[in-house]
Amino acid sequence: MNFLNDILVVDFSQFLSGPSASLTLADLGARVIKVERPVTGDICRELYVSDVVIDGASSIFQAINRSKESYTADLKNAADLIKIKKLLKRADVVIHNFRPGVIERLGLDYQTVKQLNPSVVYASISGFGAEGPWKDLPGQDLLLQSATGIALLNNTAHENPTPLGVSIVDILSGAHLAQGILSLLYQKMVSGTGGEVQVSMLESALDFQFELLTCYYNDGHDLPQRSTVNGGHPYVGAPYGIYKTADSWLALAMTDIVVLGQLTDCYALLAYTNRDEWFTRRDAIKQVLAAHLQQRSTKEWLAVLEPADIWCSEVLDYTGLRNHPAYKELEMEMTVKNSNGTVITTTRCPFKIDGQLLTSTTGAPLLGEHTNAIDKEFGLNQLQKEGAVVS
Amino acid sequence: MNQLPLNGLIVLEFSQYLSGPSGGLRLADLGARVIKIERPQGGDPCRRLAVKNLWVDGDALNFHAINRNKESFTADLKNKEDLELVKKLIRKADVITHNFRPGVMEKIGLAYKDVKAVNEKIIYAEISGFGRRGPWAKKPGQDLLVQSLSGLAYTTGNGGGAPVPFGLSAVDSISGIHLVQAILGALIRRQREGKGAYIELSLIESAIGMQFELFTTFFHSRNSIHRSKVNNGNPLLGAPYGIYKTADHFLSLAMMELRDLAAALDWEELNAFDQQDVFQKRDEIKTLIAKKLKTNTTRHWLDRLRRNGLWAAAVYSWKDLDQTEGYQVLKMEQELQVGGKTIRTTRCPITLNGEKLVSAKAAPALGADREAIIKHLMEG
Repeated sequence: MNFLNDILVVDFSQFLSGPSASLTLADLGARVIKVERPVTGDICRELYVSDVVIDGASSIFQAINRSKESYTADLKNAADLIKIKKLLKRADVVIHNFRPGVIERLGLDYQTVKQLNPSVVYASISGFGAEGPWKDLPGQDLLLQSATGIALLNNTAHENPTPLGVSIVDILSGAHLAQGILSLLYQKMVSGTGGEVQVSMLESALDFQFELLTCYYNDGHDLPQRSTVNGGHPYVGAPYGIYKTADSWLALAMTDIVVLGQLTDCYALLAYTNRDEWFTRRDAIKQVLAAHLQQRSTKEWLAVLEPADIWCSEVLDYTGLRNHPAYKELEMEMTVKNSNGTVITTTRCPFKIDGQLLTSTTGAPLLGEHTNAIDKEFGLNQLQKEGAVVS
Repeated sequence: MNQLPLNGLIVLEFSQYLSGPSGGLRLADLGARVIKIERPQGGDPCRRLAVKNLWVDGDALNFHAINRNKESFTADLKNKEDLELVKKLIRKADVITHNFRPGVMEKIGLAYKDVKAVNEKIIYAEISGFGRRGPWAKKPGQDLLVQSLSGLAYTTGNGGGAPVPFGLSAVDSISGIHLVQAILGALIRRQREGKGAYIELSLIESAIGMQFELFTTFFHSRNSIHRSKVNNGNPLLGAPYGIYKTADHFLSLAMMELRDLAAALDWEELNAFDQQDVFQKRDEIKTLIAKKLKTNTTRHWLDRLRRNGLWAAAVYSWKDLDQTEGYQVLKMEQELQVGGKTIRTTRCPITLNGEKLVSAKAAPALGADREAIIKHLMEG
């Protein structure tokens, strides 16, 4: 069931965006070699963004880099660079997320690598694009959410702009990069031709909002208005949102307001027979509903609403989800082990292929763990000597 | 661009609304020919699901955004003759996608095994809400509900407050992306080994998958993970990470050392805290920062922070953004002609061989390509 058997990916990228793309390729069966600088490696190893550290590396590094190998090289050192170039001759895919200009200075830009390896698929992610006045800005998730309007879609109108609590732009740009890489790998299988794929976090953040931006572009550049009651979705009418109940929370998606009023005995809603008002009088409706729903527990409301096919649900945090029988059915968790024997529980690739889950047992590599083996396998040291003679 | 990587491939899209069709849109932009198979009465219900009452040529504007660059073939799958026509089409196709609830395609007679019998090398990809088994299997696969059940709403907004959903259909979009990844992987295998594939994906798996960093941390965290009570930016991150109010607007502060922040703002009091306090005293530190940042403008703070190389940004609306040169050089917008009207939408975010992928082909009217497809594809 490995889709990418014998595909070799050489990944220079760090943090989340690029490495999440190579994680997807690894899940599809590719062999991923992380090239890391000696001593420190991928900064994400030490970036204790959470206070959770597992076996000397951050929990997020462990999650992002499982199923990969680590090769250390100092790209500013001529001998190391010769070894890397030899490795790149054998690569099907090369990935990096350096800031614009860095890879050119290192002499590993697409044109150079293409000369070594004409059918290579060469992929890069930048923060704000390869050109323009913003190209040198740091490609950091929160800054991208802030620059692209994402933070102004969430929460209730009187709250600060609210960023999504997931590194969504990193994840999207990594996923887009993986799409571009896979499409060019397919092309390479068909015609032998590789190519270059570029993604920026800025474009990925805009694409994420493509439906809403299309409204904005064609609606006189009218900006989205967050609801003043129970946030939700700025373009969707009542009751869409998450409501407080007597004991916890209840999510209500698009639903007929009158039917909802009848089912919940919320008689004030029966007056809203004009569907247009569900949007134009959204806040008034939600206000009424928010007060009413606090009278009973989530379970009681679900018992009324679910049998009537109303789109509703309880709202779970991670503990609630993990304890739910439905979660166990999903088999989302898997354990991987690193070479120190440390066992890490993480999530698997989200899709199934031919009825099988895509799982792995290999944890993230220790820094430089595979350097010697890779040197030997690809004869890289040998070339270092040859190279030294030539130069 | 003359040659696109997926040129020559045919995708039959039985999918509706956003999740599957957003995947189809990406395949189309990468060069595949995507044919929507729609019921004669009304077609994809997304045609009628207008956001803000915006319509173009009889269809919802958002339908146009999701379905540009595709064709439409109408077929009543409960009618034998139409089903035969569709099966003929399946013989020519490379990929099928659908996002009906479990059981629907089986009833029609287009489950994977049925389709495989017609075309052995087909790549058949389906999206459900919650998978085929378990207590949630019959739940509607609606974005907000999946956000609510997958823990996503507890990543956003402040700790102690309400769970805050993402203000857009994030899970639909992510599952459409996962769909494309799996299909492309399967196409590569088919090219090398001659095998088709059956791909199953659910919104809930996509939603959990997109939180993989948070889940992994949660599994190994003794005290669980919590949203900050003050200006939460990401539950995994310590102070000062978040968006703050300033005297005139807002300001985002990403990861940075407290002492660097103190130096940049010339703010001695912050040095009372140590870098080790950023998680333990996260809320306390952020409260102080929030108070401080209110005393001056976004521009003022931003200049100081940027000068010190710290990761900070202003908060832009789309209107602020589209007036910047940084946005304009992207050329992210493209125009489509629909029924004598010009509409604007975004292009594909992926650049191939230095070229941005644009396509001027608008979304199809319902059944617009049926006759031509019967004539050319079936007989050809």
